[in-house]
Amino acid sequence: MRRILMVSTMIAILLSISVFAALAAGKPPEKGEVLPVISLPIPRNPEERNYLGLSGSGLFKIPQIKARAVIVELFSMYCPFCQKDAPGVNELYRLIENNPDIKNKVKLIGIGAGNSPYEVEVFKKTYDVPFPLFPDKDFVIHKVCGEVRTPFYMVVRIDENGAHRIVHIQLGEYPGAEPFLELVLKASGLK
Amino acid sequence: MNKKTVLHFILITGALSLFVLTPMAFGLSDAYRGNIYQVGTLKPIDSVLRVKVGDRAPDFTLPSVSGQKVSLSQFLGKKNVVLSFVPAAWTPVCSDQWPGYNVARDLFNQCDATLLGITVDNIPTLFAWTNQMGQLWFPVLSDFWPHGAVAKRYGVLRANGVSERALFVVDKKGIIRYIDVHDINKRPPLEDLMGALEKLKKGD
Repeated sequence: MRRILMVSTMIAILLSISVFAALAAGKPPEKGEVLPVISLPIPRNPEERNYLGLSGSGLFKIPQIKARAVIVELFSMYCPFCQKDAPGVNELYRLIENNPDIKNKVKLIGIGAGNSPYEVEVFKKTYDVPFPLFPDKDFVIHKVCGEVRTPFYMVVRIDENGAHRIVHIQLGEYPGAEPFLELVLKASGLK
Repeated sequence: MNKKTVLHFILITGALSLFVLTPMAFGLSDAYRGNIYQVGTLKPIDSVLRVKVGDRAPDFTLPSVSGQKVSLSQFLGKKNVVLSFVPAAWTPVCSDQWPGYNVARDLFNQCDATLLGITVDNIPTLFAWTNQMGQLWFPVLSDFWPHGAVAKRYGVLRANGVSERALFVVDKKGIIRYIDVHDINKRPPLEDLMGALEKLKKGD
């Protein structure tokens, strides 16, 4: 009896370790949380580097972007909903860039879940996407973000001291550029 | 019961309840989950090819979602043809290919190529599924009856009755020039297919 108890306890502990490990591997990001650690390559394109306020080479993390709020869209070239949203998200970019009050405060990036650089480029060209897009070919970032479906929008507020927090998340149901911008500005305290 | 036994029981119950309750905690809140059946991870390939590069592509005639019958031979002398077999409708969206090929139409045109999407599903199923993808520019064909006959002829019918996730490139002379029977759990990168089509362009 004692032996059975010992063995069962060890199995139970091992099970819970694996569960904790699975939990740590990535659940969908939630409002109020810190962003999961996402490393992206600093763009080679000088316009994109300037847009994001980055320099040098190597990797960067999203809170290093020079902005008060970053809108991250997890998309896929293969996702019909992302395709449908693309013109509206482009419009969001234009609304921001055409507003001198928020132009340097709000930035937009896309991450192509499971997409190769080639596939991201096809999406970029097809929809004439004006903001930086990054491939996530092996679903590494997608896994860290809890394997969410797409399009998945996250708004990250970045404070002056570099601290950051997710202030809005949304799966699909893109409401259009103006309502979404309104939401972004309110959530990130810029309005 | 002594204290040690009680402690053991508490530990076991606590750990097991965590294990049982955790799947609910993940609750991926997604708008589309209700419609997609999670098949899990499958055996990557479960068939034996019956054709090879250099063979004449077996001709076939299949009904399409648009109502017309489509034959492979109708493209002879006109277009290079990509046959895209995908396992089944309504299986995980993340591995879908056709909405991606839908936006790559220009790339196909540049290679003087067309695409035929084929599954073993029946027409009503394909109709409902492809409607979700937006307006597709290429025919979608049903290899439902005789069940999987075309997939079988090519050697890409799996033991459980769905087809492999397979791509065949057939040139304007009707010869197979590229085959990719891909790991069913993964999506073939678009650049590999485009590379194969580009090679045809150079050879023409």
